[in-house]
Amino acid sequence: MRLIMVGHPNVGKSALFNRLTGARVVVSNYPGTTVEFTRGVMRLVGRRVEVLDFPGTYSLDSSCKAEEVVLAGLEEMAPDDVLLNVVDSTNLERNLGLTLQLLSLRRPMLVALNFWDEAQHTGVSIDAPALEQRLGVPCVPVVAVAGLGIRTLVERIRESRPSTYLLNGRCRWEAVGEIVREVQTLRHRHHTWRERLGDASLQPFTGAAIAVVVLGGSMAVVHWVGEGLIEGVCEPLFVRMWTPAVLWLSTHWGNEGWLHDVLIGTLTGGEINYGESFGLLTTGLYVPLAVILPYVFAFYSVLAVLEDSGYLPRLAVLADRLMHTVGLHGMGVIPMLLGMGCNVPGALSCRIMESERERFIASALLAIGVPCMAQTAMIVGLAGRYPLALPIIFGSLVIIWFALGLLMNRFLPGESPEILVDVPPYRRPRVRSLAKKVGMHLTWYLREAVPFVLLGVLLANLLYHLGVIAFAGRLAAPVVGGVLGLPAESVGGLLIGLLRKDLAVGMLAPLDLPFRQTVVACVVLVLYFPCVATLPVLLKELGSRQMLLAAAIMIGTALAAGGILNLALWATVG
Amino acid sequence: MKPAHFLGLGNLPLGTRAKVSGVAGGHGVVRRLEAMGIRPGVIVEKISGQPFGGPVVVQVGRARVAVGFGMAQKVMVEPMIAEEPA
Repeated sequence: MRLIMVGHPNVGKSALFNRLTGARVVVSNYPGTTVEFTRGVMRLVGRRVEVLDFPGTYSLDSSCKAEEVVLAGLEEMAPDDVLLNVVDSTNLERNLGLTLQLLSLRRPMLVALNFWDEAQHTGVSIDAPALEQRLGVPCVPVVAVAGLGIRTLVERIRESRPSTYLLNGRCRWEAVGEIVREVQTLRHRHHTWRERLGDASLQPFTGAAIAVVVLGGSMAVVHWVGEGLIEGVCEPLFVRMWTPAVLWLSTHWGNEGWLHDVLIGTLTGGEINYGESFGLLTTGLYVPLAVILPYVFAFYSVLAVLEDSGYLPRLAVLADRLMHTVGLHGMGVIPMLLGMGCNVPGALSCRIMESERERFIASALLAIGVPCMAQTAMIVGLAGRYPLALPIIFGSLVIIWFALGLLMNRFLPGESPEILVDVPPYRRPRVRSLAKKVGMHLTWYLREAVPFVLLGVLLANLLYHLGVIAFAGRLAAPVVGGVLGLPAESVGGLLIGLLRKDLAVGMLAPLDLPFRQTVVACVVLVLYFPCVATLPVLLKELGSRQMLLAAAIMIGTALAAGGILNLALWATVG
Repeated sequence: MKPAHFLGLGNLPLGTRAKVSGVAGGHGVVRRLEAMGIRPGVIVEKISGQPFGGPVVVQVGRARVAVGFGMAQKVMVEPMIAEEPA
């Protein structure tokens, strides 16, 4: 037996899944957080039962990739599988459309009436026993995020049964209307301040003002927290606790030898330069833990608040018109925002876009023009010493992103569908949920990204010692030097950038590049190719043919944009 | 008696309530809108509209739904006028 969770997007399926299985799945307040099946296991009277959390679907007629995933999953159901239909009690009428479709599958089923508390606060009261009698399957009120009603729900799984509900010739919505009239009573009530704020952030003027404050504030907070942690916590910790240990080891090894070179790297005047020494124990640890980690933490904390509050769909509505110029509708802001943390979840979330064309445009724009937080942190660290460099780098990226989007929208065949999305109410983010989410991102970063940084440092040392980097430098000099105006040594960074882009930026630090070369190198490193973690995800999502096209666009854009930027800076600043 | 007049959801004045009379679109559009609760006979209220043909946000039941302008224009609505005293 398996328990299969089906319901509209954003009704709290994942929150309930976490409650049932004790798993840790990302939960947010916007439709489309879950784009894949999630599997987990729960205990049911001593038995292990597999639980499947399906992506949200509004109906069983497939109209987007996530819904097709659900349909395919339902077709593979075993006879003893149980359907758990999760319903948003504040929107009973709309949700019951899907419920009736599910009932007609004649499978063992039960219904979880989620957001029960919110429904009551907003004047919606539902007669659950009456609904249960009407539908012929158990209907259990729950509050998934708070863990209320879960025990009853679990107990009643064994009462689940195929419904005998018949439409009797009525159309589905007629039947829904009849049920709702019978089991639901609405009490009129005044708008709350949260609703007023929710609607204000949808109006053209107040909405734009709120967006500027929210996005500007978010950036400021990420920068402030990131820098604060680096300067206040991470750097002092490294200098006071770690430096003495490494220096002792260095002396122990007589300051030389291949092991010394790999683990500690080159000391300048007997001192460690964490940015430039390039040993596994020096730069290899300092970069991921003291430079990037603080920014990753700051970014995901802010993003978690934005996700859980319900602001993102409002941003999507405001940005919709602008996003159409690049061939996406407003929900395209979500992959871009997630991609600013790490391109991998960004690329996965491109699935919330309906058409193949939109998914291609979104993936390409994300992989080309959106630097991840690790890379951003390194760019801020490297180029921050030139006052104009950061605005020029990030300004160029914005322009390239738009230009590329306009071109793709102009030349790719087909049209982009229009936005049609539920705008959920503002909800107060729960500290527990925020902490869990940030914790999950940090664990992922430490487990998946840090080993790659260490591997990159090792590989960089190896390639350097074997003369591969010098050789590749000579080979690529006509393009890298001629078109981009970069020194041959920077080819090492471009090579390692295929593995980790943050490290590639780090490899530029010892070269002490002047202003123009720093700007061009940073921009080209963002553009030219996805990192080793993002590439397989893109390949899987896009397929090899589209990926080839995307790769050609990336390399072409990097060379063209890098060349133009080099010329423009040479002409203006010299 | 006032003759009923129909207009596209996009042209509905802000804050006005209206009854959906039909969706002038293909099967796919009709079904997608239906799944979001926008179908004939339902009362909607326009919450916001973005300039330059941006999306329209309507309240349907207790939910708010954002609909792209082109799709919104396919939703024909009949504005509800406050009853005038006879």
